[in-house]
Amino acid sequence: MLKDKDRIFTNLYGWFRSDIVGARERGDWSNTTEILKMSQEKIIDVVKSSGLRGRGGGGFLTGLKWSFMPKEVKERPHYLVVNADESEPGTCKDREIVRHDPHKLIEGCLIGGFAIRASTAFIYLRGEFYNEALILQKAIDEAYDAGLIGKNACGSGYDFNVILHRGAGAYICGEETALLESLEGKKGQPRLKPPFPASIGLYGCPTTVNNVESIAVIPTILRRGAGWFASIGRPKNYGPKIFSISGHVNNPCNVEEELGVPLKELINKHAGGVIGGWDNLLAVIPGGSSVPLLPKSTCDEILMDFDSLREVHSALGTAAVIVMNKQTDVIKAIARLSAFYKHESCGQCTPCREGTAWMSRVMQRMVRGDADIEEIDILEDVTRQVEGHTICALGDAAAWPIQGMIRNFRPEMERRIIAYKANQQVKSIT
Amino acid sequence: MPRLMIDGIETVVPQGATVLQACESVGSEVPHFCFHSRLSIAGNCRMCLVELENGSKPIVACAFPAEEGMVIQTKSDLALKAQKSTMEFLLINHPLDCPICDQGGECDLQDQAMGYGFHSSRYRDNKRAVTNKYMGPLIKTIMTRCIHCTRCVRFSTEIAGVKEMGMLNRGEGAEITTYLEEALNSELSANVIDLCPVGALTSKPYAFVARPWELKKINSIDVMDAVGSSIRIDTRGSDVLRILPRLHEDVNEDWISDKTRYACDGLKQQRLDRPYVRKNGKLESTSWSEALTTAALAIKNLQGRQMAAIVGDLVDAESMYTLKRLMNNLECPNIDCRQDGAKVGGNMRAAYLFNTTIAGIEYADAILMVGTNPRWESALINARIRKRWMAGPIDIALIGKKVNLNYDYDHIGVGPKTLVEIMNGSHSFANILNNAKRPMIIVGMGALARSDGSAILDTALKIASNTGMLNSGHIDNKKNSIPIKIWNGFNVLHTAASRVAGLDMGFLPHNDGRDVAGIIEGVKSGTVKLVYLLGADEVDSDFGDAFVIYQGHHGDRGAHIADVIFPGAAYTEKDGIYVNTEGRIQMGIAAVFPPGQARDDWKILRALSERVGETIPFSTLECVRSALCAEYPTFSTIDAIQPAKWGEMFGTSHVITDIPFTYPINNFYMTDVISRASRTMSECTEAFVLQRHNSTCLSKERQIDKSVVG
Repeated sequence: MLKDKDRIFTNLYGWFRSDIVGARERGDWSNTTEILKMSQEKIIDVVKSSGLRGRGGGGFLTGLKWSFMPKEVKERPHYLVVNADESEPGTCKDREIVRHDPHKLIEGCLIGGFAIRASTAFIYLRGEFYNEALILQKAIDEAYDAGLIGKNACGSGYDFNVILHRGAGAYICGEETALLESLEGKKGQPRLKPPFPASIGLYGCPTTVNNVESIAVIPTILRRGAGWFASIGRPKNYGPKIFSISGHVNNPCNVEEELGVPLKELINKHAGGVIGGWDNLLAVIPGGSSVPLLPKSTCDEILMDFDSLREVHSALGTAAVIVMNKQTDVIKAIARLSAFYKHESCGQCTPCREGTAWMSRVMQRMVRGDADIEEIDILEDVTRQVEGHTICALGDAAAWPIQGMIRNFRPEMERRIIAYKANQQVKSIT
Repeated sequence: MPRLMIDGIETVVPQGATVLQACESVGSEVPHFCFHSRLSIAGNCRMCLVELENGSKPIVACAFPAEEGMVIQTKSDLALKAQKSTMEFLLINHPLDCPICDQGGECDLQDQAMGYGFHSSRYRDNKRAVTNKYMGPLIKTIMTRCIHCTRCVRFSTEIAGVKEMGMLNRGEGAEITTYLEEALNSELSANVIDLCPVGALTSKPYAFVARPWELKKINSIDVMDAVGSSIRIDTRGSDVLRILPRLHEDVNEDWISDKTRYACDGLKQQRLDRPYVRKNGKLESTSWSEALTTAALAIKNLQGRQMAAIVGDLVDAESMYTLKRLMNNLECPNIDCRQDGAKVGGNMRAAYLFNTTIAGIEYADAILMVGTNPRWESALINARIRKRWMAGPIDIALIGKKVNLNYDYDHIGVGPKTLVEIMNGSHSFANILNNAKRPMIIVGMGALARSDGSAILDTALKIASNTGMLNSGHIDNKKNSIPIKIWNGFNVLHTAASRVAGLDMGFLPHNDGRDVAGIIEGVKSGTVKLVYLLGADEVDSDFGDAFVIYQGHHGDRGAHIADVIFPGAAYTEKDGIYVNTEGRIQMGIAAVFPPGQARDDWKILRALSERVGETIPFSTLECVRSALCAEYPTFSTIDAIQPAKWGEMFGTSHVITDIPFTYPINNFYMTDVISRASRTMSECTEAFVLQRHNSTCLSKERQIDKSVVG
């Protein structure tokens, strides 16, 4: 259970002012100049030793990612790109940060950008977040006016710009290289890796792409120290994290909790419990639509962190907990996710372009039961053929929910197929 | 030089090579569709997945850089499973209509499905259907077959330089199209047909004509421009059915122009297949014997100076040489191979060649183009210039009318005035040329085929000398190994395939003989009484009262004014030597026989020489060639360029006028007798030159579609 004094996002619910005055009251921008007096290596070391793992879904160590950037700026400038294209179904944490704590993000941009020797941070904000864009732009303007960013940012002698860019609503643009393409004004299609953005990124320059939450926690880590951050959570899964809880709960909410909090506690304490009681729980998707769901038996005990969830063949993802109670048609729910991935596939590479459509079609039939039992195996096989064969992770994201469903709800799928067939026979007899 | 292990075989590959190249180096075949060595890497077909030891998932061989110590398996279970899955995905939405597909028999998907496909499909739902797109008169589209490899998109944006092609929509709805269904306006557009690994883009004029296994394939040389592209002529029986590019790194790489590819249907139209003699003002078909006798009689009655011979643009060197021997024997000095009146030729070979060579363009760092529109005069040289432009910063300038060349250039003037300023050093581009390490000047026929052409040539030669375009010796061999030992930046861009051979053998007026303009004048004044046209159809005169002998293969302008017509062979019907604008000697090979009574051109001239009593002692083509090579040794090395020596050729002081340069080609698609007779080329003229395409063609095509559907 996270103590109130350890909360980073103290205005998560928008109870206080989001402007610079409010931000200063909450401690933002208080000693940024001192932090910028540290060397770049030192800042990266602090972030590394804090054990901060990327909050966007991958869970890669943020400090380690930063250390891949070239150690000095040569003819090409460095860029920091903040991925605020939050489109993962179920996820709504970055939106709240931008709405209510935009200065945490801007300060994080400055410190993170300084650490990787970037001249500019681009914040790529999801296109649908219109009001959030207004708030964030206002906050950026305030920071410029106060001399916190821009020329000689915070009086540190370091020049740093923050530019807000609005996307146009494509899910794939949340993939880091597609985001860079889109930012460059091209069609949002993921790039081949290698080369990774740290060597050839935005406009061919060394670039680091970080999630909003990862960047927004940086100033607090540097103020309170890596040790403080690492004292929260479980080994290798340190720090507090915003969980977005939605679905069949009495009180859907965003809440900041420590990593490793038990799922049951998270739902019962913060979200008012499952509708119909804990025993009415069917399954939980623990990390946004892309990860395999957990059956109730797993939910009883599971701890919400990167490594625990990996052990049960799922993932923490964006920590968007989607709760489904027993009134849910789980096949229909997963079929809806399949339709989403079919719609959002960029169409560039073969397994994803063809595979997402194939999986979606079969899933639509599975909802009715209009299929053969063997097709469950074929479907499973198709997900394996997509997984790991695509340019970006969208193929994996489309495959995993189906794999999770087949793993945990195969009897339900078979039942439905048999019922459908029986019904057809009745029809043909009468 | 990374050392890696592929399928248990150790190999060392150059730094920067990809895993696919490494696999090929040890002979491990990796299936692929989207990868093409001349295009950027897309890595999107996912067919070339291979197993990397200790890797979490298979890697795409075409895009992954080869690194030290890699262990790659191309045939392991993991790799094969990945490749077969991709093939299954490609096939679920492919119509599998191979029996009615023109790509059948030469389809990458068909071939690779044999090795990596399943015997039957597990996909039970409906297949996707995609509406066909209009891409102009050359490219037929059946877009349901498309596998979205984007080779065509990458070719048109990177190599052809047209941005109209791309992929619309996303996911399963992704479609390759030209924006707003505009015809693909490029002289290289039909190369996308070769690039397409499936039957989505096929050849419209060749639709349902033949299957590849019915064809006889002959490697030959193209004559539609002075580039001399390497081509493959596909024939069935006596018909040339299609022409395809053949790899030649130094000339055309993998590409050919649309005219080279599609003018071949003109070989069946307007052909001269029997001799003709004009009787009572009308041309009547006759026997060879009568035609030869009539011509011989006319020749025998005249003095050498009363005759003249002009050679056209498509003529092979052997025929030209035989004609030259005949005219020498008849003591006729009025011979010319420059029917456009270009002021080129003479002893200094370097003054009329494309000395830098086509491949050499890639090393240039400044290019000045004078009176030339390379996009139309030689589309492949333009593509090389674009390739150089894409590779890195370069200064390119053009003097002449502003045209769209598909790359950026400075338009610095329209006429000779600017050229003189550069020579004087008063123009800013002179500095650029001076500072460049490997500057080039390209002089086109638009600057030379005019009355002050020789003065302009002199000026250009002086610029070349003054700005260190010649063997400046500054070739930086450390950076990249340059195949050119001596840099010569002076280039003449010819438009006629026969021109350089003609100049090399001195098919030029001598002993105060008349050039083409002089011959026309002589005909008017009555001093020239007989004109021998060897495939010369572009001379701007009807030769009044003179007796005209026309030898050629098409009933075009020359034949209309002729008194005697000898039917000759077209380039696909005879073995012949051609010299391209670089001075590269190349040999064309006959693919079919000449139609009807038409004969090889040198044989006709040999027969005529006997009738006029000046028998040339040639009995075989080899005799002609050995005599030609003995007299002009440059002809003896096939597919090689002998660098021409630079000398002083200045001193002639001519007056330069200030008339703006005009380009020699007004319509890329119709420049010679074959392309003028071609139906496809006239459709291209309609679509691209006269811009009468879209609405009518599109609606026509839609109508056809509807009629097929129901």
